Amino acid sequence: MTGSSSKNANVVAERLRSWDPKAVVEVLEFRGETTIVVPRELLRATAERCRENADLRYNLLTDATCVDRFPAEPRFEMNYHLVSIPRREKVRLRVWLGGDDPVVDSLVPVWPGANWLEREVFDLFGIRFLGHPDLRRILLPDDWEGHPLRRDYPVEGYRDVPNTGELFKKSSTP
Amino acid sequence: MTTVETAVGTAKTMVLNMGPQHPSTHGVLRILLELDGETVVKAIPDLGYLHTGIEKSCEDKTYSQVITLTDRMDYLNPLGNNLVYCLGVEKLLGLEVPKRAQYIRVMMVELQRISSHLVWLGTHAIDLGAMSVFLYCFREREEILKIFELFTGQRMMTSYIRIGGLALDPPAGWRQPVERFLKMMPSRVDEYETLLTENRIWIGRTKGIGYISPEDAIALSMTGPTLRAAGVAYDNRKVFPYSSYEEFNFDVPTRTESDCYARYLVRVAEMRESLKIIRQAFDKIANEGPIRTEAPGIIPPQREKMKTEMEALIYHFKIFTEGFSPAPGEVFVTVESPRGELGCFIASDGSPKPLRVHFRGPSYINLQALPKLIEGQLISDVIACIGTIDIVLGEVDR
Repeated sequence: MTGSSSKNANVVAERLRSWDPKAVVEVLEFRGETTIVVPRELLRATAERCRENADLRYNLLTDATCVDRFPAEPRFEMNYHLVSIPRREKVRLRVWLGGDDPVVDSLVPVWPGANWLEREVFDLFGIRFLGHPDLRRILLPDDWEGHPLRRDYPVEGYRDVPNTGELFKKSSTP
Repeated sequence: MTTVETAVGTAKTMVLNMGPQHPSTHGVLRILLELDGETVVKAIPDLGYLHTGIEKSCEDKTYSQVITLTDRMDYLNPLGNNLVYCLGVEKLLGLEVPKRAQYIRVMMVELQRISSHLVWLGTHAIDLGAMSVFLYCFREREEILKIFELFTGQRMMTSYIRIGGLALDPPAGWRQPVERFLKMMPSRVDEYETLLTENRIWIGRTKGIGYISPEDAIALSMTGPTLRAAGVAYDNRKVFPYSSYEEFNFDVPTRTESDCYARYLVRVAEMRESLKIIRQAFDKIANEGPIRTEAPGIIPPQREKMKTEMEALIYHFKIFTEGFSPAPGEVFVTVESPRGELGCFIASDGSPKPLRVHFRGPSYINLQALPKLIEGQLISDVIACIGTIDIVLGEVDR
């Protein structure tokens, strides 16, 4: 299994490099999974290449999600999981985004299925997707403050939790 | 929240708010429908009513503690959720699970698939006005839940599949109820088919309704029976086998009509295929053998060892207090849930708690195609289309 995956990694990296040498920053292998790190400016073009190229044919965008590596910089790591149904192969595209400017091109023009995946990441991580047709919060209410899946967002949230000690004092002193 | 203004229509159309408390939405899904007479012009789904922040909670738990949270996402498929998460952690750790445990996992997950399809069939039929099918389906589902209770002690929130294997050995005498179920079920599936497959009302309500082309379905990232009813034989059990599925003989049912009726036929055929898999797994499961892999410091030691050996006691204590720390890295594993491709992405930073756990819920992503299915159709078909995608809102909102 590992053998076929590293062979696949070579195919993907080679095809992408022969198209644009700048498209592949790094190729990572971990537990038989291939990750191709792509520069932010070239993400949409690379994704299009992955879908259209006759040797790659990654026609299904199965997942897109983010990892926050706060306090490291660049802190956000966008991961796109692609599947080629005809070739029975998977690959992961990765883009690094800085905390002061978390903006990346939307992949909705390439895969319409990216719509809700990107809205979820926008909602929970606050990453903006350029060219997204409908970038609104999806799981949380529109007036929610902050982006809960960021590592610097406390698990309990920012809202004031009633202090039970205070409440007790108030109720016991008339 | 999506306000009515976002869907405001022209002078000719009106906006109808459907849900969140609508019985046919199977939970709390709200849809804004812009209608021209009885025809849907535009549909905007609005979700998040059941959002519980499971992914955030995972970051504050050790790897083993997350398992109980996974039960609560897709509550019709808790064993499948346990499985995908455990496969992810096992891949992160590079663990190999004993064959016996793998076969038991397959058997349980396939029973779960049948029970989930039964709930789907019963509720979908109720939505379309066929009341009695529901009673038949729940009669058999009850038998499956009894088997789960026997194996795991729980009917729904099983937490049975654990990192490196299973929580418990199958109980003594487990073969009789499973055998009885395997004997009974094929004729019961025939029974549902007699009620529905050639039923004129059923055909009238589902045939030609909710069409989506295979190209659109793939572009919208749809998976599972909905995609297979469009003629694409994409099933994770065949394409990326896990848990020894490559050793089992079964077919992937597909249709090409891609309407609600085709999706019904695919799911019924899948129940029959699942029965085949359960039968094979039933024969493969040895009476004796390990159900958990040996990995000191990661997998809890056996009870007797823990009571008698010093080192095992130390490991036991360490696993349940601080947990274990996988090497830094990311994995993404997928399994075929009853609803489609269920994925789990785990990122580790080398600490005992996961840096990030993300679930790719098939309900969430398939639901995104709902506007495509219902725009241009009649309002009564909206109900058929919601039912046919088979969503579980617990998984949509997580």
